[in-house]
Amino acid sequence: MTIDTAANIVGRGNAEGAALFREWFDELDTTARNGGQAAYVFVMGSINEILKAFDLPVVFPEINSLQTAVRRVAHEYLEEAEDHGYSPDICGYVKADVAVQLRGGEHPMGRIPSPALSVLTNACNTYIKWAEIWERMYRTPMFTIDIPGTRQAGTQTWAGDSDFEADRTYVEVQLRELITLCEQVTGTKFDVDKFREVLGYANVMSRSWSRILELNRSTPSLFNALTDGTIFLGVANGFRGTAAGARYFERLVEEMEYKAANGIGTSIEEKYRLLFVGVPCYPIFRRFNELFTDWGGTFVNSTYLWFASGGTNRGFEYDLANPLSSLAEGLLVSVRQAMDAMFHQDEVLVDMVRDFSADGVIYHPIKSCRTVSTGLADGRRYLTEKHGIATLFIESDMMDRRVVSEAQMKNRIDAFFEGLGSRWRQAASQDKE
Amino acid sequence: MTSTAVRVFPEWRQESVDDALYQCREMVESPDFATVSRWRENGGKVVGHFQVYFPEEVIHAAGMLPFKVRGAAVEPNHADSHFGSYLCSILKTSLELALSERVELDLFVSHPICDAARNLSAIWGRNFGHPCQILYLPQNPNSSGSIEYLRHEYDRMRRVVAEVAEREITDDDLRNSIAVFNENRRLLRELYEIKRETPWLIAAEDAYALVSLAGMMPREEHNELLGALLPQIRRRTNKQEDRIRVVFEGGFCEQPPFDLVRMLGRTTYVVDDDFLIGLRWITGDVSAAGDPLYNLAEAYIERSSYSPVQHDLRKPKEEMLLERIRGAGAEAAILAAAKMCEPGLEEQVTYTHALDEAGISYFVSEFEENMSSFEQLEMQLETFVENLLFA
Repeated sequence: MTIDTAANIVGRGNAEGAALFREWFDELDTTARNGGQAAYVFVMGSINEILKAFDLPVVFPEINSLQTAVRRVAHEYLEEAEDHGYSPDICGYVKADVAVQLRGGEHPMGRIPSPALSVLTNACNTYIKWAEIWERMYRTPMFTIDIPGTRQAGTQTWAGDSDFEADRTYVEVQLRELITLCEQVTGTKFDVDKFREVLGYANVMSRSWSRILELNRSTPSLFNALTDGTIFLGVANGFRGTAAGARYFERLVEEMEYKAANGIGTSIEEKYRLLFVGVPCYPIFRRFNELFTDWGGTFVNSTYLWFASGGTNRGFEYDLANPLSSLAEGLLVSVRQAMDAMFHQDEVLVDMVRDFSADGVIYHPIKSCRTVSTGLADGRRYLTEKHGIATLFIESDMMDRRVVSEAQMKNRIDAFFEGLGSRWRQAASQDKE
Repeated sequence: MTSTAVRVFPEWRQESVDDALYQCREMVESPDFATVSRWRENGGKVVGHFQVYFPEEVIHAAGMLPFKVRGAAVEPNHADSHFGSYLCSILKTSLELALSERVELDLFVSHPICDAARNLSAIWGRNFGHPCQILYLPQNPNSSGSIEYLRHEYDRMRRVVAEVAEREITDDDLRNSIAVFNENRRLLRELYEIKRETPWLIAAEDAYALVSLAGMMPREEHNELLGALLPQIRRRTNKQEDRIRVVFEGGFCEQPPFDLVRMLGRTTYVVDDDFLIGLRWITGDVSAAGDPLYNLAEAYIERSSYSPVQHDLRKPKEEMLLERIRGAGAEAAILAAAKMCEPGLEEQVTYTHALDEAGISYFVSEFEENMSSFEQLEMQLETFVENLLFA
């Protein structure tokens, strides 16, 4: 084994992540051109653990859609779906995907195969409405894994509790039904040993992801949760349960450990450490980040890295001796974590501010996603009024550039940093007194 | 105290049918929900449950008042700063009712019916001292595990409700409540029979008011109301007019303004609809024998209506809508959606395509519970109706 040096270890995660991403879309393109089967899934509970046991390529329509925004062509897709009857007020991800389907899978990164089946959870209700579109369009099955979440803030139950066990039984029954469906769709018998192997890879990824997020408590921070973090997320979703994904994350941990040990931060001189709440502003992805980094602000963590990884940040590891029951437990715990990061994130953020030595929290609610955005104004009030944490609330969208006003954003972001600077100066003068 | 001991809506009693219906409209149009405050003044506790469906029998069995939280035509002066943009009105006005103390609750329960509403429990929990719960109704009703799961979830809710009520809820309490609600469901079905068969006997807004009252007063009292008024409505001698028979679709959550319903009734016969469909969700009697919670769960899964916020492979929404239209002998559909209501807006696309294929005329519209001007909408609707009448 060669020992990496700073020259070839720092930045490796981004480069390898981009390469894997390219490979993934190439595979999808080949599948589409060969008329092969693919499963459509979502980031919050992809159930890759079962689908990969059937060697099904996975399509994440959320990721396809955001890619159209990052590549600045989302408006073409949105307009096409709106011409088809979809309202400007519904999720932009859904609309961009509808247009991809209407175009026969044509996408800036290659051709997307049509779904042989779609698998979703209830973590986002739009998943259900979205899958209904494919069900009607292709007459292929959709399967909802219904995962009950937290019933009241602070009342989560755990394995052994009768309420939790009732939920686990329900989820496990559904997983067995999904396996039967996959057998019917693929014509392949379920192989429990292969399933265990997939779970093992997923365990490595969950453990690594949890460690990577923890390592970013370092000062300076090791990666930008908004930009670098989004690359890591892409691999975490697309390659969950695969050998390539597990290896990528092991190497990413190695990189981050190295950076932490050597005090190597991101490319900017870190002045303000920020937390991000919401979904990134993909139509101006790079510029949005620069509005903060220009002031020396960097994102050290985000709720996005929690919920958009399906809650795998929790680091739940499956018991390979009891795989299906353990997968049911893991889904309950992890998807609940993802949902809590959206609906009950207030106390989580208080802890995050402390643990990551954050100076402020940036809320970015968006038109497209009410799952994430509905509670943010109230959550922000809570954080500001109860805990005196500096916050900024800026609304735009993850897809629709019609509601993204960069000039207005810049004004507010500049004012936020001026306010933060003023807070610091006041605190410093009080210290002197 | 049990829910049979108190009467909270005496205004309609001893009145003619026309005057009684006027009192019903007045009560429903008021955003103060006087029936709920009267209940509280009598020492009763109130459980608010957000749209669409809740097994109200569980609350009733504890001697508390189930109040259907359905927003109101109020300005969200207190609630506005708790929400961002791009959201439907019902979220804001529902919270407004509580923040402004128009309605005081002892427990609030919401359901993950949509991306926006599933945030409500957490928001309420940050702003009120009483418990704020989520009832996880199955989103996979086609799973063989869904009924057993839901039975357990109802049992969990029984424990939560019992703690708030500070009393035990026995199986017999639940059986008694199921009987009361079965009678209510029967009466509501009768009301809809009248709408379908003789819509000229009851105005759209009067039928709406009668349904709406179910969610804001004790069910025994609502049964008395319907039991007294329905026979009188049947005896009316109103003349049938030459109007288009329509189905209204889009009232499953946020409610259209009362005046919009009134306007629809001036122009058409609304022979079926999904207004407050959660109050009519269970389509038949629930068995009172055996395990009452299992029976309620089984009825939710096996004998229930449809809405854009439940996916059931056995109930494709567009086919259910076509069934509703045909079952009511309707000639057209009003496909409405509340502004910013994602499930409603998404379903509109499917509905329009399905109705196009079936050759059924439809009128597409958006509404907001607070809208107060209908001139343009009425003109558009009249044009639509004229096109059908004189085609």
